[in-house]
Amino acid sequence: MKRWPYFILIFWLAAVMLSYAMDLQPDHINLENVLALPRADAWLGNDDLGRNIVARLLAGAGVSMFVALLVTSVSLTVGTLIGLVAGYFGGWIDRVLMQVTDVFLAFPGILLAIAFAAVLGPGLDNLLLALCMTSWVGYARLTRAQALSLRHRQHVLAAESLGAPVGRIMRKHILPLLAAPLVVEATYSIAGLVIAEASLSFLGLGIQAPHASWGSMLKDGVRYLLVAPHYVLAVGFSLMSLVLAINVLGDQLRDAWDIARAE
Amino acid sequence: MIKRLLGVVPVVFGVLLLTFLLVHLVPGDPVEVMLGESAPMADRAKLRAELGLDQPLVAQFGHYLQNLAQGDFGRSIHTRKPIAESLKERIPATAALALLSLLIAVIIGLPLGIAAALRAGKWPDNFATILSLSLSAMPHFWLGPLLMLLFGLWLGVLPVSGMSDNLSILLPAMTLGFGLAAILTRMTRTSLLEVLHEDFVRTARAKGMNEQQVILRHALRAALLPIVTVLGLQLGGLLAGAVITETVFGWEGVGRLLVESIEKRDYPVTQACVLVIALTYVMVNLLTDLLYARLDPRIRFAG
Repeated sequence: MKRWPYFILIFWLAAVMLSYAMDLQPDHINLENVLALPRADAWLGNDDLGRNIVARLLAGAGVSMFVALLVTSVSLTVGTLIGLVAGYFGGWIDRVLMQVTDVFLAFPGILLAIAFAAVLGPGLDNLLLALCMTSWVGYARLTRAQALSLRHRQHVLAAESLGAPVGRIMRKHILPLLAAPLVVEATYSIAGLVIAEASLSFLGLGIQAPHASWGSMLKDGVRYLLVAPHYVLAVGFSLMSLVLAINVLGDQLRDAWDIARAE
Repeated sequence: MIKRLLGVVPVVFGVLLLTFLLVHLVPGDPVEVMLGESAPMADRAKLRAELGLDQPLVAQFGHYLQNLAQGDFGRSIHTRKPIAESLKERIPATAALALLSLLIAVIIGLPLGIAAALRAGKWPDNFATILSLSLSAMPHFWLGPLLMLLFGLWLGVLPVSGMSDNLSILLPAMTLGFGLAAILTRMTRTSLLEVLHEDFVRTARAKGMNEQQVILRHALRAALLPIVTVLGLQLGGLLAGAVITETVFGWEGVGRLLVESIEKRDYPVTQACVLVIALTYVMVNLLTDLLYARLDPRIRFAG
């Protein structure tokens, strides 16, 4: 019973890979099937241009996971580095870096990513850039707080007095102790980025037509909500299942490793 | 408290600087992006001069701050209307939406969280957990349409979008409020559970006070402190959520203004909306912190 998040994640991964292998033609327009209901050859029906919703849903899932994983790996690396430097060296470097993160955190939720994406212009590249520019902050704060306390642990002091170089101390003596909270944070952030990508695409700032994205599908779906509710429902429940599975996975990891979540 | 007040200054300065720099992040020439490639040279030069883009960066920032200090946000490129006027028209709509959703969140989240804490591990707790988990996986652009379907199409009791009806505010407010209610439920549960094990609760029970009074007058009062902080922080999330929710429901607030300005590449309006939302968030957080200090006798008397 506790394993259901894994089943959902494996389901989505397998389905996306299968859809690439089978080449479902998510962009194929068929105006005879506009907003058609679910049936045997189109399990979830068709969208406003008669495109197969299952095919587009899986293409959108692929984009969503690609964006979430790429942005998480970039921002995790950058954020951890910044946090390590700030927490380890302290002093003015720390003050300047934390002031910068304070400013970034003054923009609630996805607002700053919306602003960046708005001026950079729509498209996948700029979407990735906008999300990377805003996602590193959480990791930087988390790492900095932890590094600040770890810095004075005995094993770090011992390594220092034996003359270990800074890079080695960070890599061998501080980073391993940070791994668990960072992985938990990254898990939540993947779920958050799935939502963020969909939000930006929903606002027309992310993935552009004709390419499928859960956000742009929801945007189209809302327009035809009252005549073809199956469209919105299909996309909404897909998104929800993925985000829920990742969040529960994060909760399980956090409980297993006994980590108090940094707010 | 003085330290907290002074700490806001560099943050506000940073927010101003970052929103100012937004226009300079536009790839290529912002004037060309805003007016289109076919715009005549004279128009471009005029707009460039109006936005001050022909001056050195530091001078531009100086002018930006000077104008803002006088409440001048510039003019919209499209409507030529002063942005301050548009904001004045739109802010009440967003404020009403935010306050009503806050109210909805408190009405649902507080009792549900209390019930979950008092019956920890039993069905009210499980129900609250499942509900708040599901809601946390429902972004506004999915919960909104779902509520539209439920109340608009299937039950047919509430207007689906626009602002023409008095009841129009209900669906967007529920969309924003439910998500917040989920967070509030979890917070209330955790906070109350912690307090229930404190000595003063045991003392109250030992005095023979009835259970209802122990919970309401002693435990809940102490448990509410962290909840106030969370509500303050979440109001920011509410403002960001309003951008999406207002778009879903066609609610003419600041969020909708922001999205419209992005669609029209009306960057001065985009800048102004982002700035207003961020500064509101900073101020709400400051007020929450000050309120927290007032409410908590340990901080108040420590001075």
